[in-house]
Amino acid sequence: MAENNKKSAKILVFSTEKISDPAIDMAGLLKLHYPPTIYTITLPCSSGIKSRWILHAYEKGFDGVFIAADGSDCVYGESCTEKTGQIVSRTHELMKQKSIEPARLKMAAICSVCSESFVKQIKSFNEYLLKNLNS
Amino acid sequence: MKKKIGVYICHCGGNISDYVDVEKVKQAIENEGGVFLAKTTMFACSDSNQKDMVEDIKNNELDGVIVASCSPKLHLTTFRNVSERGDLNKYSYVHANIREQASWAHSDDKAGATEKAIHIVKAAIAKARLSESLEPNKIVAKKAVAIIGGGVAGMKAAIALSNMDCPVYIIERKYFVGGRVAQWNELFTTNETGKDLVTRLYNDLVKRSNVTIFTGAEVVKNTGSIGDFKLTIKITPRYIKENCNQGRLQEAIDACPVELPDDFNFSITNRKAIYHNFPSEYPQLPVIDIKNCTRCGKCEQICESIDFSQKEENIEIQIGSVLMATGFDPYTPIEGEFGYKEIENVVTLPQFKRMIDMSDKTLTFKGKEIKNIAYIYCVGSRQEERENKYCSRYCCTSAIHEAIIAKKKFTNINNFHFNRGIRAYGKQEILYNESSKMGDIYLQLTEDSPAVVSKNGTKTIVKTNDILTNGREIEVEADLVVLATGMVPRADNSVGSLFKLPKGRDKFFNEIHMKLRPVETFIDGVTISGSCQGPKNIMESINSALSAATKSFSYISKGELETEPIVAVVDSGLCTWCNLCSEACPFDAISMKEEGGKSIAFINNSVCKGCGMCLPVCPTDAIDLIAYSNKEIESMIDALAND
Repeated sequence: MAENNKKSAKILVFSTEKISDPAIDMAGLLKLHYPPTIYTITLPCSSGIKSRWILHAYEKGFDGVFIAADGSDCVYGESCTEKTGQIVSRTHELMKQKSIEPARLKMAAICSVCSESFVKQIKSFNEYLLKNLNS
Repeated sequence: MKKKIGVYICHCGGNISDYVDVEKVKQAIENEGGVFLAKTTMFACSDSNQKDMVEDIKNNELDGVIVASCSPKLHLTTFRNVSERGDLNKYSYVHANIREQASWAHSDDKAGATEKAIHIVKAAIAKARLSESLEPNKIVAKKAVAIIGGGVAGMKAAIALSNMDCPVYIIERKYFVGGRVAQWNELFTTNETGKDLVTRLYNDLVKRSNVTIFTGAEVVKNTGSIGDFKLTIKITPRYIKENCNQGRLQEAIDACPVELPDDFNFSITNRKAIYHNFPSEYPQLPVIDIKNCTRCGKCEQICESIDFSQKEENIEIQIGSVLMATGFDPYTPIEGEFGYKEIENVVTLPQFKRMIDMSDKTLTFKGKEIKNIAYIYCVGSRQEERENKYCSRYCCTSAIHEAIIAKKKFTNINNFHFNRGIRAYGKQEILYNESSKMGDIYLQLTEDSPAVVSKNGTKTIVKTNDILTNGREIEVEADLVVLATGMVPRADNSVGSLFKLPKGRDKFFNEIHMKLRPVETFIDGVTISGSCQGPKNIMESINSALSAATKSFSYISKGELETEPIVAVVDSGLCTWCNLCSEACPFDAISMKEEGGKSIAFINNSVCKGCGMCLPVCPTDAIDLIAYSNKEIESMIDALAND
């Protein structure tokens, strides 16, 4: 990982326009704080994330990538959960080939009002990454 | 590559600038490649700033615009329109969210919030540099609206849409229209009864040739999207012929041996398996509750209009927009909550309303005349420990109104109101004054010291420490305790899941923004109205219904509508047609075509929804999504990663 003794890990979140992004916005509205080194890129659907984007993030110095997936709420269909899971599996294989620890990629379904869940997940991921960064 | 980008960083009053140093953000980004001008503004969305932006775009021939402000859900469209007014393609605009995802999320860390805002704006610049001029897709919009729910909100919305010459389908799950309002007697401020109001709206609707009402009907399937929804509606039969002899029908009802708690009267009376809620209910045709009918045949022997051969049917309709008006359920107290179901003379406000409506000269409960009535407020609302944190808005006024009606209709009634602060807002204050002048007693308590209902021998005692008399313990011997129960979302809101409608923290359907986009949802083409969105009185429900009707109509009124031009594109040089993209597409938008002597994927733009599911499965990385290309995403990652 990038460097030791960080206060918070640098995490890229892939969120989705209609489902998880509203939850992340609402976390802000409710002043549910999380580390400011969490950055979001919004996409139409979590099953449209390319593995190369995730690998690119690690290459550029992100400590972790979090996929805030649509889950069963996806407006594009019920196959979203399965397809997003397959992206994660494929990317984990690619990460292993590049000696990147697969645990640095995490996925969780975040519904449109799951603000507390998002903050809980991201804080726990941050703690995990920090523990490994600083060890 | 854009070379003349204008960047506007919003203070949002102080919502952003109280936590994010907007001047520092401006200084950090003004020398980024492609940035031509950078400005801070107090309110980016204000008319004056929008005018300035239009002038900037025109005078400087800007080729890209960024506003760093609130969530794009609120103002993406606003600033796209600004770009268009400046003769700039609206897809050259990029939005940066530095309020919900920076200033508010990190209000505990101003330096961190500022640093994050800088990165977010730099990522937006990276995206704007690569953005292309696009034209929206145009699709044919079916000029018809489905209204789900035939209560007053749904019926009023239907009349509004019908007036706009728009065909309307009302889909009502129950066998009778009118929803909750049909269960209410006299209404404030008109003194018209709920039944009268429903009758008036129904009589208006049935005259209209462009309105179709389905009762006993449920949406069971939804395909399509804005402009072209295809709904499958399951219609369950009434088992009674349409042109029946009402006289014989009443004899058939009387002969039915089945007795069940009557939902319409909140189980304080029973009904038969063949029933109507009240004689003049609409449609004026009873129904057989087939689940509870024993098929004894007695009704068939009396009335030739009974027809058990009727079958359930599924029909399909095509519409351009959906308006949800599914209403609410009254809160049901848990057993023991203020003595509910443990002390026999504890009832809910909806039950009390039905009791008053059905009683004539004297108000009695289980054979005993009622004189002292204790009303306990905020039952199921403003809960400190449990889920319903919200105020249900209507119950204070409704309880006071019912107390006044009880006092006027029956003799020797004494009303005692155990409240947590009366919220009779606006004109409803008139009722509170009237009740006070009539001698009603108001006792105020706090959530820490709630009213206690107990049994002392045959007496029911309600006790509290009244804060209006310096915390003195006061008790009332009540003949009847009325729990002013609030509103909760429908227990069966599965129709919302069919449309993937998001719910709020209160579990009601959620609008995009309560002030700026109050009837729109994140699901394009679906609007919400009335109390399915949250507690509302009739006036508020109808206001929102009219607003939702106008919004739904605006989607489809032109007969065509614009959708985002976000579709997949294939690099024919890289594509080797392996079929994986076609298999991944949930909309069958991808097929094979021959080009340059080889087979490649072909995207049908009118069918592609821009989900991107085809992207990650392509082994040669031959597919990109417009506005989410590898270049755009990776340049954003680069900007966010840079320390």
